[in-house]
Amino acid sequence: MAYSEKVLDHYENPRNVGAFAKDEAGVGTGMVGAPACGDVMKLQIKVNGQGVIEDAKFKTYGCGSAIASSSLVTEWVKGKSLDEALDIKNTAIAEELALPPVKIHCSILAEDAIKAAVADYRKHQEAKGE
Amino acid sequence: MDLQQDYFSLFGLPQGFDIDKDRLEQAYRDCQAQVHPDRHAHRSDAEKRVSMQWATHVNEAYRTLRKPLLRARYMLSLRGVDAGIETNTAMAPAFLMEQMEWREGVEEAREGGDVSDLEHMRQRLDLHERELHQNLSGQLAEDVTDGELAADTVRRLMFIEKLQIEIDDALEALED
Repeated sequence: MAYSEKVLDHYENPRNVGAFAKDEAGVGTGMVGAPACGDVMKLQIKVNGQGVIEDAKFKTYGCGSAIASSSLVTEWVKGKSLDEALDIKNTAIAEELALPPVKIHCSILAEDAIKAAVADYRKHQEAKGE
Repeated sequence: MDLQQDYFSLFGLPQGFDIDKDRLEQAYRDCQAQVHPDRHAHRSDAEKRVSMQWATHVNEAYRTLRKPLLRARYMLSLRGVDAGIETNTAMAPAFLMEQMEWREGVEEAREGGDVSDLEHMRQRLDLHERELHQNLSGQLAEDVTDGELAADTVRRLMFIEKLQIEIDDALEALED
């Protein structure tokens, strides 16, 4: 299958690959998987005192589209508030990367990864507040 | 024969995850012999088309029932349960973490050219796959009405299958 140029760019030069320590302050970790292709994605956000995502990292085992989708969203979430990050829709990811219909689930995976990371961050914050 | 019949009925097999492979093979060959287009060479075009349709149906039924994972997915679809293959991304975190570790392990072994490590992983996975198959046999029993457990096992098996392919690819690459 032919990948779009943007997919190739993110695939060949993925942004923000890596990990934060899971229990580091302000870090939220989202783990998701796509059964259809067996892809697994870990996406982490680092949130500052003002509730803004100041950094993001990912590690994805999957096809080019899955890697590109996660690479792209780590760029997109930086500088966003949590609610803004939750507004990122898979359709926007798919559009930006010109994903073909059979690869739409890669963009869904990336959207769900952000949601999971934000939920994990919030869970930690609540636990601290108690 | 009836195109609306489910694949189990088509082959005269009881509906269940555990399947008698020999019976399936035999039933498949019997059906094939009946519908094979060559048998109908002297018939009209319309009749040939029907027999072609049948041959395709029988092949599809056989391919589906022969593979445990396809069989389980088919059984879920018969029950109207959506296994969420395309949409369900929320596997148990511990399971996903484990998948991540497996994939890292395969990557490292591949880069390090560690064939015995890869073979060992393949064996562990096969064992795990068999356990999940055993679970499915109970989860897909006729009297179990909730399909969600079986759906979860099916999703897990999809990841296991992917890992097996990754390991086999790595082993093949190292052989060259």
